[in-house]
Amino acid sequence: MRLITLLTFTLLSTSVLADEIWVTNEKDDTISVIDVESEKVIRTIEVGERPRGITFAHDYSVVFVCASDSDTVQVIDPETGKVLHELPSGEDPEQFILHPNNKFLYIANEDDAITTVVDVESRKVVAQIDVGIEPEGMAVSPDGKTVITTSETTNMAHWIDVETHKIIANSLVDQRPRHAEFTADGKELWVSAEIGGTISIFDTQTKQEKAKIGFEIQGIHKDKIQPVGFEKTKNGKYVFVALGPSNHIAVVDPANYKVLDYILVGRRVWHMAFNEDHSKLFTTNGVSGDVTIIDVNSLKATKSVKVGRFPWGAAFRPTKG
Amino acid sequence: MKYLMIGAIAIIKREALRFISQKARFIASLVRPIIWLIVFAAGFRAALGLSITPPYETYITYEVYIVPGLCGMVQLFNAMQSSLSLVYDREMGSMRLLLTSPIPRCWLLFSKLMAGTLVSIIQVYSFLLLAGFAGITFSFSGYVLALPVLLLNGLMLGALGLFLSATIKQLENFAGVMNFVIFPMFFLSTALYPLWKMAEASTLLRDICAFNPFSHAVELLRFSLYGQFNGTAFIYVFCALVLFLSASLWGYDPARSGFAKKSK
Repeated sequence: MRLITLLTFTLLSTSVLADEIWVTNEKDDTISVIDVESEKVIRTIEVGERPRGITFAHDYSVVFVCASDSDTVQVIDPETGKVLHELPSGEDPEQFILHPNNKFLYIANEDDAITTVVDVESRKVVAQIDVGIEPEGMAVSPDGKTVITTSETTNMAHWIDVETHKIIANSLVDQRPRHAEFTADGKELWVSAEIGGTISIFDTQTKQEKAKIGFEIQGIHKDKIQPVGFEKTKNGKYVFVALGPSNHIAVVDPANYKVLDYILVGRRVWHMAFNEDHSKLFTTNGVSGDVTIIDVNSLKATKSVKVGRFPWGAAFRPTKG
Repeated sequence: MKYLMIGAIAIIKREALRFISQKARFIASLVRPIIWLIVFAAGFRAALGLSITPPYETYITYEVYIVPGLCGMVQLFNAMQSSLSLVYDREMGSMRLLLTSPIPRCWLLFSKLMAGTLVSIIQVYSFLLLAGFAGITFSFSGYVLALPVLLLNGLMLGALGLFLSATIKQLENFAGVMNFVIFPMFFLSTALYPLWKMAEASTLLRDICAFNPFSHAVELLRFSLYGQFNGTAFIYVFCALVLFLSASLWGYDPARSGFAKKSK
């Protein structure tokens, strides 16, 4: 009897403590929570209209969600799934980035051509910075001194000084830049261009483009190969690039900017998130309404999990303490 | 019991020797599915992925889908080749010699069936090895679990070939087997297209595919390669094996005028 009780407790504790991937569903106004171990949806949380960007506080105490059509950023308790409060985000927030200080949230307001800076503690707008038309991609340098906003129509990456909240430089990129990321050492900035079909790599010192990556998939027309979100592995071995309606993830070697492989996933892949040890990658497939799980070691898609309609953003939440 | 085993081993040995000596047959058995995999599957590449249907858990390319069907094709062609060799043996007189031995006729036929099946299993694993070089691989357990399925499928298709060999009067009629057995069995199955795709074209076509025992053989193999068991397909293939085996025993029954007359 004691053994059964112990086993039941162990099983329950395992399921309770499993890490999670949170996925925003654009058309369902929900978040699907996937258990990393069982690879199943274990919770569905209702949020504001058209949720897209999602990120956790650095201590994982709250989760921030861009509810684009509700014109707000919702702050949610990840334990209960309840909306704690909303932040004044400006109109149509799509993507955002949380500063390393865990205090300032930099939000791209697509309809207003501005980047809004919100203090998440006082819940007040600290600044609004004019940027190019249709801002979307957001990135912050590891030292926290520079924030990047990419504007989809102006085709630029805007370098914003965190101290002064002023644009200090603009870099031209290919058509429709949608996502930006600094490398862990802060020496490079990577920007994806959806229509241009490329990723541009900038030297952060000179702010000049130093390399560009193109993509080509046999049997798929170039117009369908549209790089959007991308993520780097902790060990710096791979960069995974979501290629939109081509239904593929490109695997790039960041050392020489060469494409190593293409992995078939669901339809219209947007963004992705790793599990804790970066052995699994979860991709959000907008049109097919599912999340494909990639085994990072073998570079193979192993499973696709149905979530809500039009999944878009993804974020990892450790729950094992 | 011992003499039964001696008989079975002799038949299997003879089939093995024939297989080893006929290198062209072995190469042809591999070239055929490889051409399908490289040329046919390339044309229907489905680079954007096929919808998820069990046993697949994620999106796959057409090349991945077609491999179990091509394994089935290897076994189907081998079964028909064995049936052709039976007709040849009968015409040459060696079959009569075999059937007049004191070993029970059903045991002789089963041994012949088993010999052909073992040859087909070697052919399938050789094809899977080549498919692996083309990037289509399965887990180790998948390759192991496929073995009993290949045995069952091989026996079922071989039993069908055995029955056909009892009904074919002359070697020249083998072309008819190609037209009326191999092609319909292969094309009207899930070897090349999933059932839902057939249903899009015609529900009648889908029903025919669902009735075809070759479809179930392919599905049973497909599931086993992914470490899963398809109970419905197993029952279907097993029933088909019993049916075809009974029919071939009936076909080779000396009390029946058919074979007795033909072998004269």
